[in-house]
Amino acid sequence: MTTGAPGADRAVSKVAKRPPAYSAAGVRRSLLASAPIFLVLLVLLIAIGVMNPRGFDAGYYVALLKRAAPLMVLAAGQLFVIVSGEFDLSVGSIVSAVVVGAALLTFGDPAATYPVMAVLLVFGIIVGLTNGFVTTKLRVPSFLATLGMLLVLQGGVAAWTAGAPRGSLHQEFRVFGREGVTGLPVIGELPYSVIILAAFGALLFWLLHRTNFGQQVFAVGGNARAASLAGISVARVRSGAFVLSAVSAIVAGILVAGFGGLSNRAGEGYEFQAISAVVLGGAVLGGGRGSVLTAMAGALTLSALFALLNFMGQPNAVRFVVQGLIIIGAVAYASYRLRQSGS
Amino acid sequence: MSAASARLAPSGLLAGARRRFAASSSAPVYVALGAMMVVSFVLIGPRFLGYDNVLSILQRSVALGLVAAGQTLAILVGSLDLSVAYVVSVTAVLASVVMQGNPEMMIPAVIVVLAVGGLIGLTNGLIITKLGVNAFIATLGMALILRGLLNATFDNFAGSVPREFQVLGYGNVGPVPYSVLLLGVVVAAVWFLLRHTRFGHHVYAVGGSEETARLSGVRSHRVIISAHVLCSVAAALAGLFIVSRLGAGAPWVGPDGGYDLESIAAVVVGGTALAGGRGGVFGTLAGVFILATLDNVFNLLQVDPFIKDTIRGIILISAVAVYALRLRGSR
Repeated sequence: MTTGAPGADRAVSKVAKRPPAYSAAGVRRSLLASAPIFLVLLVLLIAIGVMNPRGFDAGYYVALLKRAAPLMVLAAGQLFVIVSGEFDLSVGSIVSAVVVGAALLTFGDPAATYPVMAVLLVFGIIVGLTNGFVTTKLRVPSFLATLGMLLVLQGGVAAWTAGAPRGSLHQEFRVFGREGVTGLPVIGELPYSVIILAAFGALLFWLLHRTNFGQQVFAVGGNARAASLAGISVARVRSGAFVLSAVSAIVAGILVAGFGGLSNRAGEGYEFQAISAVVLGGAVLGGGRGSVLTAMAGALTLSALFALLNFMGQPNAVRFVVQGLIIIGAVAYASYRLRQSGS
Repeated sequence: MSAASARLAPSGLLAGARRRFAASSSAPVYVALGAMMVVSFVLIGPRFLGYDNVLSILQRSVALGLVAAGQTLAILVGSLDLSVAYVVSVTAVLASVVMQGNPEMMIPAVIVVLAVGGLIGLTNGLIITKLGVNAFIATLGMALILRGLLNATFDNFAGSVPREFQVLGYGNVGPVPYSVLLLGVVVAAVWFLLRHTRFGHHVYAVGGSEETARLSGVRSHRVIISAHVLCSVAAALAGLFIVSRLGAGAPWVGPDGGYDLESIAAVVVGGTALAGGRGGVFGTLAGVFILATLDNVFNLLQVDPFIKDTIRGIILISAVAVYALRLRGSR
């Protein structure tokens, strides 16, 4: 998972000082600076409680978190790619590939669950490395490299299933996205997906905000040339980011397989939602800025918004309009503040 | 398309000439198109170049070609437009609803549709330039908004276009269909605009470096906004063509055609740099023909249609990689 990190560690030892902006204080500062998303999220969560016929029901919030988990995982992974200055449009097709692949590879055999997961993980790493290779070595802009990967995977999945997926997902495989630890006080059930989300989120937070690799991701996204001159291998750092994004898509796919139906299009649209979430979380397209916590908060905000619109009895169509307006609004606001601060 | 970009390239004498060739020519796309024709001819035989088949390839190219010609402008200026697929849907539905099968409403409908297209492009351009929103997010947001509005209003085919309007989709002048003429006129207009007008030179200048262009006195915001208006109007034309073929508009005609990502793919396969400032509309047209020929050959050979996407992805990546490596090799 931390491909690029070992070599990168050696590289960073040549960088004289840890830039202050990436220190613990810097993280706190950037959290505060991106605080609007937490405020928006809080308002939405309160509004959901008000609209919910059952009131402020802890169980409902947990269920919301469970449904939001795949998107939050994807957003955390996508963040690495965006902070490093690139895009990853292939994640939605990876999610589809996981859902379909899980059904086709397990043949309904429960014993195959973990081996198949290992296979999927390796597949994710290969996809991420390929994205990284095409972007950094073949110099194809990541927008196109990952769009190409999307087409390749989409076509591959459709051809593999001859149009409609066969087989079935065994219950054993669905446990992670569907089941949970039951019989708890207050919340009733703690879904496994929330536990996976917390663990994966913590891991990615640590990687981006507490390791040399994370600092290098920021440095590469802030100014690739400067980072390269400082001895950082830009290609390795970016490839590492693509691998993390692809692995997050595998994890998200395993969660989606738990509650979604078996479909070639299970992951469709996730790539744009993940990018929207990351942008809502204050990350800047073009790289150099972002935080795992706010990106995941951005993803939860999107999901909470959809839930709220549901409660308000709004047709599905409205959510697209609202989603479009808020991502434009969020970026316009960030851009305005950037100009105000004169940087 | 070569003159303007060459002017921007820093040049020593010999290095400049080599760079001009490597950087500005879309040569690989024509070679690729030619090679593809030869391979297809070998695989399929004479019927590949028969009148009917060539016509079918051209017809297939019209909708994507119109969208991609406009997308070329957006990309050249250093932007991009992800909302074109929904512009196609909006205009197709709008045209069909305004006409309601009444021939007298044809001209008002066309005017309304082009105005709405222009307005959407204007909004995109203003959001990008005045609000400082990244083009990717601005036009993705616009796509979502249009999608929501469409889905809220229509869920199926709505209205209809009169038989007279279907001439655009099915009629011919001599052996040449009107639709192919329309594509030819639009591509020629974009070429003229880029190659022979001040606006065109500004497009390359802003795409090369907005900051430099602005400091040199180019009103870069206006150039970007105009490029987006023209891009959306071209997508509106594609919507008109599609509705004339189908007889009525439906909300899914744009996204189902994949015009957003495919038009971007056609533009970059045609040798235009995604970062802007380098390329041209003829390369885009060749890119469109490559994608259309691929479709056609797959149909004729009855190849598993699902593999098509995979092959497209590989073509897209290899094409851009070839350009990128050529560019690097020429330095």
